[in-house]
Order: sequence, then C-alpha cells, then structure tokens
Amino acid sequence: MLLLPYREQRIEKLRRAIYRKKQPVTLFTGQRIIMTIQQIIFILISAFTLFMALVVVVDRNLFRAAIAMMASFLGVAGLYVLLEAGFLAVAQLLVYIGAISILVIFAIMMTRRLMQTHESPFNSQPIWGMIGAALTFVLLALVAIRTWPQSDFPGPAPVPASVLEGNVTQLGLMFVRPDQLVLPFELASVLLLAALIGSIVIAWPEKKS
Amino acid sequence: MSFNIIDFLESVLTLSIADYLRDVWAGDMPNWLIEVIIDVVGILIVSTFLLILTLYLVLILRKVLARVQDRIGPNRVGGRYGLLQTVADAIKLITKEDLIPSGADKLAFNLAPIITVIAALLMWAVIPFAPGLTGADINVGVFYVLAISSVSVVALLMAGWGSNNKYALLGAFRAVAQLVSYEVPMIMALIIPILLASSMSTQTIVESQSVWYIVVVPLSALIFIISAMAELGQTPFDLLEAESEIVAGYHIEYSGMKFALFFLAEFINAFFMSALFTTMYLGGWRGPGAAAYPLLGLIYFMIKTFLVYLFLIWVRGTLPRVRIDQLLYFNWKFLVPLVLTLILVVAVVAKLIPPDANEWLQAGILLVVNILLAVTALEFVRRYARSRRQAVEDDAESLGGAASALSGAAD
Repeated sequence: MLLLPYREQRIEKLRRAIYRKKQPVTLFTGQRIIMTIQQIIFILISAFTLFMALVVVVDRNLFRAAIAMMASFLGVAGLYVLLEAGFLAVAQLLVYIGAISILVIFAIMMTRRLMQTHESPFNSQPIWGMIGAALTFVLLALVAIRTWPQSDFPGPAPVPASVLEGNVTQLGLMFVRPDQLVLPFELASVLLLAALIGSIVIAWPEKKS
Repeated sequence: MSFNIIDFLESVLTLSIADYLRDVWAGDMPNWLIEVIIDVVGILIVSTFLLILTLYLVLILRKVLARVQDRIGPNRVGGRYGLLQTVADAIKLITKEDLIPSGADKLAFNLAPIITVIAALLMWAVIPFAPGLTGADINVGVFYVLAISSVSVVALLMAGWGSNNKYALLGAFRAVAQLVSYEVPMIMALIIPILLASSMSTQTIVESQSVWYIVVVPLSALIFIISAMAELGQTPFDLLEAESEIVAGYHIEYSGMKFALFFLAEFINAFFMSALFTTMYLGGWRGPGAAAYPLLGLIYFMIKTFLVYLFLIWVRGTLPRVRIDQLLYFNWKFLVPLVLTLILVVAVVAKLIPPDANEWLQAGILLVVNILLAVTALEFVRRYARSRRQAVEDDAESLGGAASALSGAAD
C-alpha cells in the first residue's frame, strides 16, 4: 500500500471494518456458560449502575446521593452504548447529567435544612414497600422464566447496518412526519413551552403599585 | 505479513499505523486483543501529547500576553525564551503540599479535579486530526462533545461545594450560571454547520467543507467563538475566578497537584475549543494536497488550531472583564435571539437554493444573508442603546435642579 490516495485508503479501511465487525468473542468455553466480552461489560456496567442506585437511596448525605445518582445515570448511558444506541446515550448524558442533576444539586444546596439532615433514610412504610418489591420480583421472574430455556447467554442480535448508519436522520424524519411522531413531538414542545412561560411568570418581579 | 521497518515507516508517514499493525499481527493474536491494544495505544498517544503540550500552551499564553502588555515574559529558565519555565512550574506544583480544608467533603473535593481532566481529555475522541485519523468517527460526534462538556459543569459544582468555603461556592454558582447559559448559543451556533453538512460526524463535516464554513456562515462562527470564550472563562468573561471579587473562584482551596489538574483542564479545553472551531468552520485538515497525503492534513490542522489559540490569547489580552449582569443580558437578550433567527434564516435559504447550483454561488448567497442579518442586529442594538441614553437624559432633565444638586454633592 504505497501512499494510496486518501479516498482509496478509506474504502479499504471500511472493507476491513466490515470484515472485523462483531465476531462474538467467546471466553470461558466451559460446559454450559459461554460468555462474550459484551456480556462481561454488560454485567460490570449493570453492577455499577445498581450499586450507585443503592447508594442514592441509602446515603444520608444528600449531596453525595445526588452525585451517586449521576453515576447511576452514567451507567445507564453505558448500557445504551452497548445496545448501539449512541444518540440515546449522548442524550442521556446531556439531559440527565448535564441538566437534571445540576438542577437537583442546586435545589439541594439552596435548601439549608436538607443539607444538614441526619435522619434515617428509611421511611415508615414497610408494608407498601414489601408489596412493591414482591410485584417487581414477580415481574422480573416472569421475564427470566420466559427467556431462560433458550438462552445459553447468546450475545445481542446484530443490529442491521442500515439502521446503524442513518439512525439520527431517521429519528429526525420521524419527528416531522405527519403519519409518525409529529403529534406527540409537538405536544411535548407545547408542554415544555408552557412550563417555560410558567416559570417566567412565577419569577416575574411584582410591580409596585 | 511480517514486521518490516520500511513498511512501518511508510505507515507512519501515511498515518495508517493501526492498519499496518493489524496486518502484521493478524493470525498471531485474536482480533479483539489487537483492537484493544491499538485502542489503548491510541488513547495513550493522544492524551500524553495533550498533557505535554499543555506545558507549552501555558508558555505561549504567558509569552504572548506579555508581548500584548508590553512586557517580555518568562526569560530565565531554559534559555532566552524561557523554554523550561513551565516545566519548572510543573515540578514545583508537584512538590507542593496537598491541603484539604477542614470540614471539606473529601469525596467531592478529591473527585472534582479528576472529573474535570477526564472530561477535558474525553472530548478529543471525536476530533479529526487528519483524513482518517479520528479517535472515534461516530455519527453523533458534535452532540457527544456538547454532552461531555456539560458533564464538566458538575465537577465545578463539586469543587465549589466540597471546599467548604464561601468564595468557592460563590465561584461555583457563578460558573454554573455562566456555563449553562452560554452553552445555549454555543449549541445553537454549532447546529448551523451541522445543518449545512447534514451530519453530526466531525469527519463528514470537514469533508463537506469545500468552501470553509467561516466564509459561508461567518455570523455562526462569531457567535460560536464568543460563547466558546465564555465557556472557557477567558478574560472578557473570566467572572468565574475574578480576583478582585471572589478571590479565585471554585478552586480557591486547591493547592499542589489538584490545582495543577484544574489548570491543566483549562488549557486543554482552550486548545480543544480552538480545534473544534478549526473543525467546524476552518475546514479542519483541508488544504492543498491533504486528501492524498494525510500527514500534510495533520500539519494544516495543527497550524489552524494554533492560529485560533493565538486569537483567543489576543482577545484575552485586549478586552476588559464584563459585569455578571452584562454577561447574562448579552447572552439571553442578544446572542440567543440572534442565533435563533440565524438558524431559521439559514435553514430556509439553504433549502431554497437549488441543490445543483455552483457551491461558490450557494456560499455567496448564504454569506450575503449572514451579513444582512448582522447589520440588522447591530442596527437594533444601536437603536436600543440610543433610546436608553435618551431615557436617562430625559430623566435628568425632568428631575432638573434636584438631580444636578445631587450630582454636585456626589462630586
């Protein structure tokens, strides 16, 4: 490959990338369990997300709880990346970590009493809590039983290249097509606009009579 | 294919080392191991380059600022030009005592500088240094940059709150107000090149700039560079660390290496904004012969980026600091409406021009539209200022003797 022009190099690179793409890498080829690297990463990210979510609930220091919440959001963004949903992952970062979490931290900092609380983080609703936990358990168990027999932990099904290439374009088009999502999209916009105007009205200084 | 020094050097010249190594190692190692090694080495090269470059970015800043202010700047350590001054400074910072203020939240206090540096380095993943030389050519490239830069705001808040110091907290509040506000015009200004290239991938945006976007949409470039300066907290907008008001802002309690990390992130971010401006508006690696010889592209990219960096320093040395209310008014009442109008106008005009028209003609039409919009906006501002001045004068006249007596007493 003696100083090929750039265009040809790029084509060559693409060809190789397609050739290499997503051959499942198997580790641990034991009797039953075959794990791919994707699954290991999935388990690590999920464990991180769940642990941080636990910290959010258990930690008595609200500021730290907020930071743990951000870490948990970050883990969810990682799961989106693993599912090849890049746009969703980045939107998760921008909206949940960049905007909502900052808002939450501001709210925590502005309320002095909240910062100094040292009460127990557990509320006094053990029965309702137990019912909720039991229902969640049943739901998860149903999902697990449905999918268990056919799963020797197969990797996620490969996403077709046509979807991966132009998914941002497709998303944009869906938002403006009348036969697809234009109505919900516009409704959400109107809702946000109403919230925006509402906040301005609330913050407006009262006129001196 | 076995290893061979001539081929290796050739792959260095064509910036295709990764492909060369893939060929050499194919068969000896599993594919995933090759990919992991290449990725890790690539990350190490880019981040080490940036960390070392920072020493000289600081030196350039100090030298150029000194010249702007009619001084000489560092000239003792490392020869006439003070080439080792910043190296000595870095060693000094490492050996300094690492203080943690009493009552500080240790977790937030220690984590903040680390997150800042990580965010500053992560953004470089999508910068196209040369044709085919991008960390990750993802189809949401520009969006990714904005997301990561919004994460670094969290680190400032952690630093301000974790230090247990009121100046630090005030600095953090100011920083968040400024950064979150100026993110809005910055994102919107970047929408325009995305619109014209119809892609968010940085590499595609560079490839579609057969006419540089600074010529096509100069107004968008101007709005971007203004809000980028505000995002960086550079001098016309350096309210985050205004010495005379809040001492040093969110990093007042930091010393030694942790302060150095904030300092490092600041310079990497300044250089990153220059690189992003180059990518979005100055055609990135484009230049004569760059498409055939990627190494030339890398050189063009670096030259352009350094020129933008010098421009940032020039502005920094020239303009005085604005007040916080002026800063926020300018953003919300001028920049945001202007950029919203610009998006609307550019979108409509770009759609109206027939797609098979000559690209220079297209660029010319958009340029004229931009200039018209800029003139209109300036006229609006002029009329507003005139009406404000008039109102003040009228007030003074109607108050008459009382006002003049008051002003006399004040003198």
